[in-house]
Amino acid sequence: MKPVNQKAWFLVLPVFFCVAFSAILPLMTVVNYSVQDIISPERRVFVGVEWFAAVMRDQELHEALWRQLGFSLAVLAVEIPLGIALALSMPAQGWKSSAVLVIVALSLLIPWNVVGTIWQIFGRADIGLLGATLQWLGVDYSYTGSSTDAWLTVLIMDVWHWTPLVALLAFAGLRSIPDAYYQAARIDGASKFAVFRYIQLPKMRGVLMIAVLLRFMDSFMIYTEPFVLTGGGPGNATTFLSQYLTQKAVGQFDLGPAAAFSLIYFLIILLLCFILYNWMQALGKAERTEAQHG
Amino acid sequence: MDERRFKKRTIFLIAYLLFALLPIYWMVNMSFKTNSEILSSFSFFPQQFTWDNYKTIFTDASWYSGYINSLIYVGINTVISVAVALPAAYAFSRYSFLGDKHVFFWLLTNRMTPPAVFLLPFFQLYTTLGMMDTHIAVALAHLLFNVPLAVWILEGFMSGIPREIDETAYIDGYSFPRFFVMIFLPLIKAGVGVAAFFCFMFSWVELLLARTLTSVNAKPIVATMTRTVSASGMDWATLAAAGTLTIVPGAIVIWFVRHYIAKGFAMGRV
Repeated sequence: MKPVNQKAWFLVLPVFFCVAFSAILPLMTVVNYSVQDIISPERRVFVGVEWFAAVMRDQELHEALWRQLGFSLAVLAVEIPLGIALALSMPAQGWKSSAVLVIVALSLLIPWNVVGTIWQIFGRADIGLLGATLQWLGVDYSYTGSSTDAWLTVLIMDVWHWTPLVALLAFAGLRSIPDAYYQAARIDGASKFAVFRYIQLPKMRGVLMIAVLLRFMDSFMIYTEPFVLTGGGPGNATTFLSQYLTQKAVGQFDLGPAAAFSLIYFLIILLLCFILYNWMQALGKAERTEAQHG
Repeated sequence: MDERRFKKRTIFLIAYLLFALLPIYWMVNMSFKTNSEILSSFSFFPQQFTWDNYKTIFTDASWYSGYINSLIYVGINTVISVAVALPAAYAFSRYSFLGDKHVFFWLLTNRMTPPAVFLLPFFQLYTTLGMMDTHIAVALAHLLFNVPLAVWILEGFMSGIPREIDETAYIDGYSFPRFFVMIFLPLIKAGVGVAAFFCFMFSWVELLLARTLTSVNAKPIVATMTRTVSASGMDWATLAAAGTLTIVPGAIVIWFVRHYIAKGFAMGRV
């Protein structure tokens, strides 16, 4: 158990002020908007929970929410295992390690609107490498024509863009495992899988939790890339929650409903992250007690 | 190591690197083409090789000052984020205190709001403070999502360090600051490297807030890029060149922190 020390708060205070400065005031503003009908800056009417009720009944929103959940789960299911596998296969030392590290990180550094633009060209059958290759292989591929193709392209783009985040975290986690653990495993004659399952995976749990939460919440708020690539189409196939929110807020300029939408959106992410977080914590705890008894 | 397993790993790694590099290669390829060539034909190499797109960027102040502005506020943001996150992460990883778990999770919730939500309130806040169009305004606004990230990453790494190391150091007569800098920091180098890189990266690519809070003096490169969409259509070639150049600073950053990430735990030091 960690010792109780209230003075530790002093170490946290700078962080608390930094974040509270940018977080609390804007959040209050949004809450304020969400309960009013803003007809013009001078004329506003208090409407209570009317906007919330309207948002909850919105059929299109429900569809966008399910689409979003499906997409985020797909993102996690692909990127987390792929990122771990990548981290395990990255060389640990020498110039190769440095080179691989830099190459892996490149896709993270491209601004999101450029990511969308590049894939827009990259996926075109006439002038893009991906589209042309698929065409050449005889696949009838068009991210602007087919919903499945569009959805898959957004997913592959996200995998390309964000798997490095998981990989870098996992790689750094792996590198901070003391050699003593590996030596002990070697003496015990542990198999490669046993080393992964009982040393590397538990030691990476902390960084993997961050990776899972980050990828979940960021993919849940994905906006720029699909907006640039497909504009949400064809039809509504790639219209995720963020884009639907922006359509509402900007397209119809309804501050009240948009604010209510934002708050519900935020609460959904919060709830799901909370469940994920506690679930992973419980997994870790179960593992530790098992290790103690077994 | 088992020879066949080694090969499988290498093949997987090479396959992934190809997958990672191909879209980037396509961007670099586009950056050396003219717009008409990009749109008219498919080719692995530029047929009419041109430096014009890069010349546009390096000779036009509105382009290259974008890179300088971005570097300034991203630098400020990264330094502040990591500096305030280090002690906080230590507190979270080592002590229990009133509301610790709640504050820890609350920090992360600040990443869970779509940034579009914050645009109007931030605009009002910084206008009131008279900080619009300054580098520090963007740097402060980006703390919102970078500080929680840095705290979480660093806490993850610190929790992996056995507490006996702290206790031994105190028994040996180290003061807290001296222990933290001389013994503890070297142990979590990997975490500091990753945290700094991620803060840099997230601040570097963020568009909405940076664009809203700046107009001329602190206008970042990501905002300048949106200008390539104009009435005469999309300027793909310049955008590709600008995109290629946006990778460079980050690549340099990761080149410098690579040893921190790769070396990690060095038991010999303690």
